[in-house]
Amino acid sequence: MEVNILVGGAAGQGMETIMNLLGKALVREGCSLIYNKDYMSRVRGGHNFSRLRIAADSPWSTVGSIDILVALNEETYTLHRENLVPSGRVIYDPQHITLPEDEDRGVPVEMQKLAEEAGGKVMANTVAVGALLVLMDLKTGTVEALLHDTFASKEGVAEKNIAALKAGYNTAAQSCSACFSLPPGQKDGKRLFIDGNQVLGMSALASGCRFLSAYPMTPSTGVMNYLAGKSKDYPVVVEQAEDEIAAINMALGASYTGARVLTCTSGGGFSLMTEGLSLAGMTETPLVVIVAMRPGPATGLPTRTEQGDLGYAIHAGHGEFPRAVLSATSHEDAFYRLNKAFELADRYQVPVVFLSDQNFADTHRSIEPFDFGRLSYNQAIAAEGQYEKPYKRYRITENGISPRIIPGRFSGETVLVDSDEHDEKGNIIEDAATRKSMTDKRMRKLTALAGEMDEPDLYGDPHPEILLVGWGSNYGVIREAVDVLSAGGRKAAMLHFSDIFPLPQQRLKDLLNEVRKSYCVENNATGQLASLIRQETGLSFDNLILKYDGRPFLPREIVEEVENEL
Amino acid sequence: MNCKAEDYLLQETAWCPGCGNFAIREALAEALAELCLPSHEIVIFSGIGQAAKIPHYINANGFNGLHGRALPPALGSRVANKNLNVIVESGDGDSYGEGGNHFIHNIRRNPDLAHFIHNNQIYGLTKGQASPTSDPGMVTGVQVGGVTAPALNPLSMALVLGAGFVARCFSGEKEHLKETMKKAINFSGYALIDILQPCVSFNKINTYGWYKKRVYFPEIEDLQDRAKALELSEQWGERIPLGLFYNNPRPTFESTAAALEDEPLVFKPFDPRQVSGLQNEFF
Repeated sequence: MEVNILVGGAAGQGMETIMNLLGKALVREGCSLIYNKDYMSRVRGGHNFSRLRIAADSPWSTVGSIDILVALNEETYTLHRENLVPSGRVIYDPQHITLPEDEDRGVPVEMQKLAEEAGGKVMANTVAVGALLVLMDLKTGTVEALLHDTFASKEGVAEKNIAALKAGYNTAAQSCSACFSLPPGQKDGKRLFIDGNQVLGMSALASGCRFLSAYPMTPSTGVMNYLAGKSKDYPVVVEQAEDEIAAINMALGASYTGARVLTCTSGGGFSLMTEGLSLAGMTETPLVVIVAMRPGPATGLPTRTEQGDLGYAIHAGHGEFPRAVLSATSHEDAFYRLNKAFELADRYQVPVVFLSDQNFADTHRSIEPFDFGRLSYNQAIAAEGQYEKPYKRYRITENGISPRIIPGRFSGETVLVDSDEHDEKGNIIEDAATRKSMTDKRMRKLTALAGEMDEPDLYGDPHPEILLVGWGSNYGVIREAVDVLSAGGRKAAMLHFSDIFPLPQQRLKDLLNEVRKSYCVENNATGQLASLIRQETGLSFDNLILKYDGRPFLPREIVEEVENEL
Repeated sequence: MNCKAEDYLLQETAWCPGCGNFAIREALAEALAELCLPSHEIVIFSGIGQAAKIPHYINANGFNGLHGRALPPALGSRVANKNLNVIVESGDGDSYGEGGNHFIHNIRRNPDLAHFIHNNQIYGLTKGQASPTSDPGMVTGVQVGGVTAPALNPLSMALVLGAGFVARCFSGEKEHLKETMKKAINFSGYALIDILQPCVSFNKINTYGWYKKRVYFPEIEDLQDRAKALELSEQWGERIPLGLFYNNPRPTFESTAAALEDEPLVFKPFDPRQVSGLQNEFF
């Protein structure tokens, strides 16, 4: 039992307003859901839509079929009618849209007119929410409470919205009341309704990040918005840099001085940052970079999704230096995983690239609350007595990690870092022996760093015949594909990477040679994880399941490809 | 504390004999000594070039970063620990060419730092190409027909962008340079000194003699008269004015950030468990 809702219209018509209000209310009612966005790179016009799926078991992905279609314009109906199930319903405004005569699933609601009667046509979206509630047999109380919260500081606005909500509710009730029954509210206790960028922003703040310098770039900007929104009340500074080159270099200056720092961007901005990434490697300055991937090359598809920058994240920056690459898999995991990125950056004095993508960044899910007690805050900065005197920033050590102190902390001790090759003190050198020993010192850090990487998650049959390997935001959709395959009698499992580089290899080596068929599932055209695995282990896959049209996978697409190859 | 200029001077330099950088380095050491700033509370940020080697030759914290990128990490440092004295020191190519965008936007931001630019009107480290401040007509191995674009005027630019402290010095007037450096370091906000400096190896036009004949110290009555400062900044050629042209502080970058109100960010303790209330808005 599940309900799938699609709300569509032109950019600027407020699909997000509807979904944010409805989604949060549904989660408060005890529903498990996922909501994601399909939008164009424009502020007005075009065709944008959002999907919301409510299911008994916490849903991991949205699906193609539609139970309730909210058509804010005619195009929405035309484009999506074929996916509307026979028992589905279309909520539409009969003053603006005409449905075909043979369409008997219509729920006419004069959204604009009712909104104007309630106090202004801007509230047409609230009317739509009222209609959605009655179709799913919900009362208006939860949404009313949310409206009071949202408009607490604006007198009379909540009341007008509630009037609009009830008008939509009552009107829709005339043609379809309780047409859909929701899965039982199976969860006790409060859960979060949150999107990927908010998860990362909150994790950064709770990880002790004190400075975010970034240049706005879709789909990473939500992280910046989140932290900026907190900067009046929490000890964090957010600076909009003049370009991504400035962004990463600002972050490095703050990190050198002792603050935990973050920058975030997408592929194009990351390209501008790569010299700075190399500087982080050379100066051994801790840094976390969130790269929210979108399809490239160049400007590509700014508001769409892809996993096209894995190889780039591993190789970005000139010269050779150690780094780690982690990825956002689920909302649940990403909160703790980004904290790990900060901890690794500090402990190993390396840059850490954290790969997100539009599919993760813009997707809301209902999840259990986070346990902040699981987060760490240890900058690994040497205290008095924890470093040898005279202080040398790049003292040669067995594991390659030199004790790090920060400028201004100890009288008589200065900290010198250099983008040129340098000696232990940090001064420019050119002699061969020092160059070699410094390169060896830096690269030695990789040995211990590799030991910090989590093995990939195994989900499904512990002795599978079919193995689906993936990484990043495909976690949910591959997991659902495994569920479908298992329900169909297949011995299937998913092996999913969150920590990617240095590549954790053991579990993969154990499994890959045992299974009958192996697949690597990626949102890119070349199979970049598969390439990395082949490079690092010599192992290859029977098949690659690749999607690179800018849209996330649907579970059935993966299942079909697996079935076709068997 | 007994502060002496030699305490701030470190190791041998890699500059050519006769280079203008020597006098600039000495002026800086003397300025720091006269202000008696503890070495561990000074941070010098630089990019790449001959001038940008200065963090290696001055006893202070140093961040010798990427070409053109001295200002961004300096800004980051101001965010992390506003108690440190931040000096940015680099050449004309680094500051006005490769780093031009950061020059523009950090003047607008107005962080509390001193920006000393060694302006020799040539690229020294790469052996003699034109810089953004080279005068038209200068012939080099790359600008074989002579420089055609007009020279960038850093002082006019800074004034128009709202810089609060704008000065021009000359490495051949070390005492004046030192005094101006002290004022810049003490200034609250972004302070620019464009320091004219001969390059004895590659710039055969703007030599010591060339400058000596031209530089003079104008009388400036009102240091908050921007129109007058602009007029002085545009004088170039037969007569080149030196001095502090404009001194008019405005609110700093640091004063606009709520998180920087009290103690420096790096000294604020933190425990993730104290902020678990962050997730309440998502219920």
